[in-house]
Amino acid sequence: MADVVFLGPQRLQPSVDQILEKLGVQGPVCAVTAGWQEREGEVEELQRHLDRQVFDLKLYSRADRLFAHNPLLRKAHSRRQAMLRDQQRAYRLRLYHALEALRSLEQLPNSSSARSSQIRAAMTALRQLDRHHLRRIEQIHSRFPETSIPERGTREEVLALLSSCRAVLIAGGHIAVLLNRLRLFGLHRQLQDKTVIAWSAGAMALCDRVVLFHDRPPQGAGDAEVFEKGLGIVKGVIALPQAGQRLVLDDRQRISRLARRMSPAHCLTLDPGSFLHFRSDRLVECRQSSRLMPRGSLMHPKAENVRHEQALA
Amino acid sequence: MYAMNKLLRELADSQPDSRAVEQFLRCHSFPLVDPQGVTFVYQGQAESVQLLHWVYGLPSQQPFQRLQGTGLWHLHLELPLGSRIEYKLNVRKDGRSEWIQDPLNRLQAHDPFGANSVCRASGYRRPDWTRPDPEACPGRLDEIRLRSRVFSRQERVGVYVPPRFRKTRRYPLLIVHDGDDYLNYSQLQTVLDNLIHRLEVPALIVALTNAGERLNEYAGQDAHAEFLTRELVPRLAKDFPLIGEPSARGLMGASFGAVAALHAAWKAPGYYGRLLLQSGSFAFSDIGKHGHGETFDPVVEFMNRFRRNPGRPSERVFVSCGIYESLIYESRSLIPLLQETGMQVRFQEAPDGHNWENWRDRLRDALSWLFPGPLWMVYE
Repeated sequence: MADVVFLGPQRLQPSVDQILEKLGVQGPVCAVTAGWQEREGEVEELQRHLDRQVFDLKLYSRADRLFAHNPLLRKAHSRRQAMLRDQQRAYRLRLYHALEALRSLEQLPNSSSARSSQIRAAMTALRQLDRHHLRRIEQIHSRFPETSIPERGTREEVLALLSSCRAVLIAGGHIAVLLNRLRLFGLHRQLQDKTVIAWSAGAMALCDRVVLFHDRPPQGAGDAEVFEKGLGIVKGVIALPQAGQRLVLDDRQRISRLARRMSPAHCLTLDPGSFLHFRSDRLVECRQSSRLMPRGSLMHPKAENVRHEQALA
Repeated sequence: MYAMNKLLRELADSQPDSRAVEQFLRCHSFPLVDPQGVTFVYQGQAESVQLLHWVYGLPSQQPFQRLQGTGLWHLHLELPLGSRIEYKLNVRKDGRSEWIQDPLNRLQAHDPFGANSVCRASGYRRPDWTRPDPEACPGRLDEIRLRSRVFSRQERVGVYVPPRFRKTRRYPLLIVHDGDDYLNYSQLQTVLDNLIHRLEVPALIVALTNAGERLNEYAGQDAHAEFLTRELVPRLAKDFPLIGEPSARGLMGASFGAVAALHAAWKAPGYYGRLLLQSGSFAFSDIGKHGHGETFDPVVEFMNRFRRNPGRPSERVFVSCGIYESLIYESRSLIPLLQETGMQVRFQEAPDGHNWENWRDRLRDALSWLFPGPLWMVYE
C-alpha cells in the first residue's frame, strides 16, 4: 500500500491541493463521490481547487444502472440491506441496555467495593456485543457474494479510469452509501498501489471498523454504535470526522467510555485542518488531530505504529 | 411586604440622587432577572404603571410600586426557570392610559399585531439554531400560483426549496399554515437552513400557505382540507420531486393553523403521516355552550366531532403548547385521545405563551422527530 491520507471536512477549509503537492502527485486524479448521492460527479469546485483534471468514478450512478439492468443483483442487494438494517436495529436495542448498565455502574459511589470490577465486566460485555455485531454483519455479507461482483464491462470501465491516475480521492458524505458502492465495485482491491486521500466518511470507510457517533443528537441518547466492517485499508484506527461538533470533547467520562470500548484501536478526530498520513499501516505524520485516550483526555497522536492486529479480536 | 430584587433594594437603601439612579439604569439590563423571578422597572412621571401580559392564571394587569425617592416604578414577578413571556406596560399619565413597550428593554418579539417586549427568566436561552449560521447553505424561497376550484380564487403559495436541491432526488413535503407569519416571526427559513445543515432534518420541500379568511378557513372548514389534499399537494407533486409516501408528507400549524392541520389530516386519514400541532385552539364542549366566543363555534363543532370519532388521522403527531396559555388545558386533554388512536404522539409543554417565538423554539425537537435527518449517516 502506498500513501494513505485522512483529512477533516473539506467544504470550508479545503487542503487536498496542498496534500497532492506535498506527496508529489502529478497529473489527473480519480475521485469517488458516491457519498454525495444525487450530487455525485459535481466535482467542478474540487477541480478548480486542485487545478487539475478529476475523473469521477461515478460509482453511485453506475450502481444504479447495474441495479436497473440486473434484477437478480438488485434483489440480492435489497435483501442484504434489509438484513443489515434488521441486525442494526437488534444490536441497537442490546447496545442501549449494555450502555445503560455501564452508565449506572459508573454512578455507584467510589466506596462501593463492587464498582470497579463490575464496570470492567460491563465494558467487557459491551465490547463483546460490538464484536458479535460485526461478526453477524460479516456473516450477512458472506451470504450475498453476488453483490460484490459487478458486470465485467462496468468493472473494466472503472479499472480503466483508475489506471490513468496515481491518486484516488474519496470524498465524505453518506457512509453507508459510500461503503456500499466501494464494496460493490471491489475498490479496496484496486487501491493497493495508489495514493489515497480520503476525508470524513471517506476516511471512515477505509478503516477496519465504521463507528457512527454523535453525543448531542436532537433525538435519542447519542450512543455511538458500530455500524459496519470497513475496507480495512488502514487498520487499528477509528476515524471520527467533525468530532469537534459531534462529540463533547471535554466530557472525560464519555470520551473515556468510547476510547476504552474501541481499544486497542485508536480513536482519531478529523476536524477541519486535520491531516493524518499513513504509510504501510504506520502513522507517519499527523496535524490537528487528537486521539481519545482511555482516561478521557485528548492527546496528539504520535507518529507511531497504529496497526493493531488484535483490533477486531 | 413585597418581594424586591436585591440590586433594587440596595439602590433604594443607598438613598440615591438622580445621577446614581441614571447610573443604575445604565449599568443593568431590564427587567432584572434572578433565579426567584424578574423585576420590571419603569422610569418616569406617571399616575400608575401596570404590567400587561398574557400569562393565563395570573391577573393580566399587575400594578407597579413606586420606589420612594427615585422616580422609579417596579414590580417583581415570580417566574419559573426557563420561562419566557411577552408583555407591555400600561402607563397612566395626565388622566390618559397608554400601552407601551418597555423603554428599558430592547428585546422585542413581533407578530402580525405589532411588537411586545420580551422577558427572559433565568435559565432561558434563545436556541443557537434559530440564528443565522454563516456555515449553513441557505435554501431559497419560490412561489407557485394555482387556481383553486374549491375557493374559486387564485392561490399564492410560497415554497421553501432546500439548499443543494436536485431534481434527481425525492424530498419529503411539509405544508405550513400561516407560512408568512412563520417566516417573519418564527424565523422558519433560518431554522430550516440550520436544521438541514446540521443534518437534523432531511432536506425537505416546505409549502408556506396563507389563508384568505383565516378564522373561517382554519376553523375546521372542509373546503380548506380539500384545497390542501386535492389541489395543493398534487400541484406540488407536479412541480417538485416528492417522495409521495405518507411518512414523508406532513402538515403543521399553530393556534387556528393547528386546528386546520388536524382537520385536514382527519379528513384524509393516513394521507398525512406527520403532524405538528402548536398551541392548537382545540376548544370543545362536553355539554352546553362553550365559552370561547362565536369565532370558535366552527372549531368547537369540529373538535366535538373529532373527539367522538377521531379515527387515526396520521401516523406520528407532535403537539406543543405553552403552559402560560389557556389552551394548555385543551392540549393536555387532547393527548390521551390522540394516543388512543394508535398514533405515535409526543407532547411538549414549554414555560412560554401563545406566541411565535414559543413556536419557533419548539421546531428543532418537533421537526427532528417527525422528519429525522441523516445525522448519523452523513459525514461530510
